Formats: sequence, structure tokens, C-alpha cells
Amino acid sequence: MANVVAEANPATGTGGPSWTRWLVVAVPYIWLILFFVAPFLIILKISFSDTAISIPPYTPLFQGFGAIGDFFSQLDFENYIFLTEDPLYIWSYLSSLRIAAISTLLLLLIGYPMALAMARAPTSIRPTLVMLVILPFWTSFLIRVYAWIGILKPDGLLTLLLQTIGLMGPDQQVQIFRTDYAVFIGIVYSYLPFMVLPLYAALEKMDHSLLEAASDLGCPPWKAFWKITFPLSLPGVIAGSMICFIPITGEFVIPDLLGGADTLMIGKTLWTEFFGNRDWPLASAVAVILLIMLVIPIMIFQNQQKKVA
Amino acid sequence: MRSPRFDATVLTLGFAFLYIPIIILIVYSFNASRLVTVWGGFSLNWYSAMWSNQGLMDAAWVTARVGVLSATLGTVLGTLAALALTRFARFPGRMAFSGMIYAPLVMPEVITGLSLLLLFVAMGVDRGFWTVTIAHTTFTMCYVAIVVQSRLLTFDRSLEEAALDLGCPPVKTFFKITLPLIFPAVIAGWMLAFTLSLDDLVIASFNTGPGATTLPIKIYSQVRLGVTPEINAICTILIGLVTLGVIAASLTTKRTEIRRVRDEHLAARGTTS
Repeated sequence: MANVVAEANPATGTGGPSWTRWLVVAVPYIWLILFFVAPFLIILKISFSDTAISIPPYTPLFQGFGAIGDFFSQLDFENYIFLTEDPLYIWSYLSSLRIAAISTLLLLLIGYPMALAMARAPTSIRPTLVMLVILPFWTSFLIRVYAWIGILKPDGLLTLLLQTIGLMGPDQQVQIFRTDYAVFIGIVYSYLPFMVLPLYAALEKMDHSLLEAASDLGCPPWKAFWKITFPLSLPGVIAGSMICFIPITGEFVIPDLLGGADTLMIGKTLWTEFFGNRDWPLASAVAVILLIMLVIPIMIFQNQQKKVA
Repeated sequence: MRSPRFDATVLTLGFAFLYIPIIILIVYSFNASRLVTVWGGFSLNWYSAMWSNQGLMDAAWVTARVGVLSATLGTVLGTLAALALTRFARFPGRMAFSGMIYAPLVMPEVITGLSLLLLFVAMGVDRGFWTVTIAHTTFTMCYVAIVVQSRLLTFDRSLEEAALDLGCPPVKTFFKITLPLIFPAVIAGWMLAFTLSLDDLVIASFNTGPGATTLPIKIYSQVRLGVTPEINAICTILIGLVTLGVIAASLTTKRTEIRRVRDEHLAARGTTS
């Protein structure tokens, strides 16, 4: 670990006694290894263990150092085999990916025009617009999902509104609450700031003389958009899509509060497996497979972030 | 496509979509009627009902303590991580380190929550106040690291270098020069960490124990039973607090930013003349 210090370049580093520099790196590093990386190794180990009727509800994790040798011979794929046999889990994964993909597309379709309009707004009002996008993000996620229940439920405000303006008879009710449509509305609503901000960051940096040049040369605006604006905003499109797609795939709160009994999402399945059936090893296996599915999107996201930083 | 009217329409519709549900929620917290579709007149009943709901108040107190503690820890750790990422060009496992900073930002909460819980169980730690605090510290520190890092990347390094050239010890340089310069970002990071902690349901549900029910867990269990104006009342108070905090923070940031630019400008003139 001494080379942590030796490597630092005096011209770019803050310099200093070796132990302070060592501490700056080591403290957050060790914290993340202990509380972010180690848990993944444990979840992997437990996904291969049997359910036991005891507390904690899985067979003991660590039986001395001899057990490490036995580890590979004892690997138990029972939970994984179970996951492939029960169509509920396969459908949950596929349905999560489908809902996340459709939501991300909807977010792009709604977020892109907003980000573009913000980037084209006068410079003086841009900070206010950014603030207006960020503010809902600061208010609780749970509260924002809850707000939609009152609007969408059959005897809620949307029904009242449609009845008042005469689009709906007094005996009719809006049948959106507890369906996939409500889940899409909730997701788009909750994740919109996450989509708009990276898009805005990419669009705001754009050199407007490029568009002027295109229009001077007779390029129609829509063509200039597809040839110049959109390709230049691609880093923002990728960043925004990944920031939304990855957490939506594992979303629990929205499908649970707004979705119906037939809304399958893997976050909900994992939650039920853990809190309802108390099958910790199976819940761990569900989490491990979800993580494996998300490795590629997560790596795309990280590469994108490194390029920006 | 480029017309200002199109842009204005898009923005109006977009912000209406973002704000109308929140505004409705706030308005109905003052509704005398229990029904969401019936306006029964202005009333503060639900606020007094909330106030006398001991379970809700206890949960609010737990959440506030977890929030302050985890945001503070997360800010210290996140600032250190940001320094490590921006000031130390090379150290063993730097790639892995930056990966560990970015991954929690997008990691589905069910995975983070479950895996941390299994760690605590494997370590034989009883779940409760401290396990929730540690869990929140771990994911909020990454947000703080990103916020502080962006500030560290943009500020004028010459002041730091001048102090070091004049023989100021690095630790003192950090506290006298660097920290005051990045302070608005550190405060913004703390606030972000605090609201994220205040907001979290999933990770807290996995890692909580007896006597450590946080407000989101309490709200969630009541929401599952149906919409109650009492929840609207507590949500309104939370929204009010957060809005005030964000506005206050943006005003102080603006003021310190103006002062900082002026100071840097003066310092630059001092060094050249």
C-alpha cells in the first residue's frame, strides 16, 4: 500500500505526509469494499445454500476454514433450477425488461423535447428551468407515487374531471389504477428528471453555429436535427437511458402501489419471496440473476460517466 | 421544430405533468372531507390528527436522526472519495474504486438492500437504527462523491498550489483553501444525502429492526391500506421542508459563488501586479 503515496505526483497531488494521503483513499475504499462489495459475495454464497427453518433462514454461511475447500463441491444449484422451472420467475424477468424498455422509450420521447426546449431557452431563465426539473426529484419518491393513487383510482380525481367535462357518464369510472398503464404513468413521472438532466447537459453544450451553418447551406430544420443535434446529444441519450433503465428493471414501489396483481416485476417478486415467503436463498438467487442481467447496462453507464468526468 | 411557441408548449405541458400531482396532494391535505373527490372546505384537522399520531411522530424522529447521521458520515466519506478520484492520479485499484462509486447510483434498491441485510446477518449484527444508518451512508456517499468531484474538477488549482509553494502543510492547505472553495458543493452533497435518506423505503425496509421504523416505512404501510388525508398532511410538511431547504441552499450557493469569484479575481490581480 506504500505505493499509493509514491505514485502521487507532487505537481498534481495535494502532497503531504504519507499517512494522510493513504487515509484519503483508504477510508472510503475500505468502507465500500466492506458494505458494497462484500455483501455481493455473501448474496452469491447464500443463493447456493438451502432454506432451513431457522433464524436466519438459511443454512450456516461459514463453518470454519475447512469449509472453503468444500465450497465448490457443495455448490447447490437447487434455487437456480427452481427459478428456471417455475414460469413465474421467467415471466417476471421478461416483464420487468419489457416494462423498463417501454418506460425508457416513453421517457426519451417526453424528456427529449423538454431538454431541447430548455437548452434553447434564453440563458437567463435556464437555471430556473433546471431548478424546476430538479425540485420534484428532491421530494420523496414515495410521496410522488402516492399522489397518483388519488388521481387514478376509480373514484379518484381523473374520473371526476372526465365526468365534469362530460367525456364520461356519471356511472363510468377510469379503469387505470392497478393496471400496467398506471405503472407506466408512475415510472415516467418519477424518472423524468433523471432523463431530462443528462439530455439537457448534452444539448446545452452544443455549438449552435453548427445549426446556423446547416440552415445557411439550405438544410431543412428537421434534417439538421437528425444530422447534427441528435448525434451530438447521443452521450446524453445513453446516460439518461441507462440511469432510467437499470433501476426501473428492479423497481418495487411503483408496481406494488400502482400495478395490479397481474403486473409482474422482478423487484416485487423478490420482495414477496423475502418478506412474504421468507425464502432468503431463493430471494438471493433472484437478485443474483437480476444483477447478471444488468451487468452490461451498468458497464455502458460507467464508461459513459468516465468519458464525461 | 424550432419555433419558440413549440418550446413554450412543451415546457408548460412538461412542468404541468411534474407539478400538478404534487399540488393536488398539498391542496387535499387541507380538505375537511375524508374523500379525495369531495371538497369539504378548508381545515387543519389532518395536521392535528398527524400530530397526535404517536407512531407517525416516532417514525419521523427516527428518520431525522438516521438522516442527519448518515448524511454527515456520507458527506465525509464522499468528500474523501472525491478527493481520491480527482487528486490522486494513480493508486492500486483506482478503476475498481471509481466503479464502486458509480455502481450504487443505478443499482436497483432491492439488490442493495437485500445484500446488505445478508452481510449484517452473517456478521451477527442486530438490525435496527445503526444498520439503517450504515446502509444509507453507503449509498449516499456515492452521490456526495459525484457532486463534490464535479466541483473539484472545475475550480482554480493555482490557489492550492500557491499555498503549497509557500510551505503551507497539505492538511492545512486542505482546510484553509480547498475546503472553503468546495464548501457549497459539500453542503449541496449533504442536502442531497439527507433527502435521499429521508426518501428511502426499500433499503430501510430490508435493514431495519424493532424500534427503528422510519417514516417511509410507516407511510408505505398506511398507503397500502388506502389514501388518508393524514398522509397528505405529513407529505405536505416534508415537501415544504425540502423546498425551503433547496431554495435556501441555492441562495447561499449563489452568494458564496459570487464572493468566491470576486476573491479569486482579487487574488489573481494580486499575483500578477
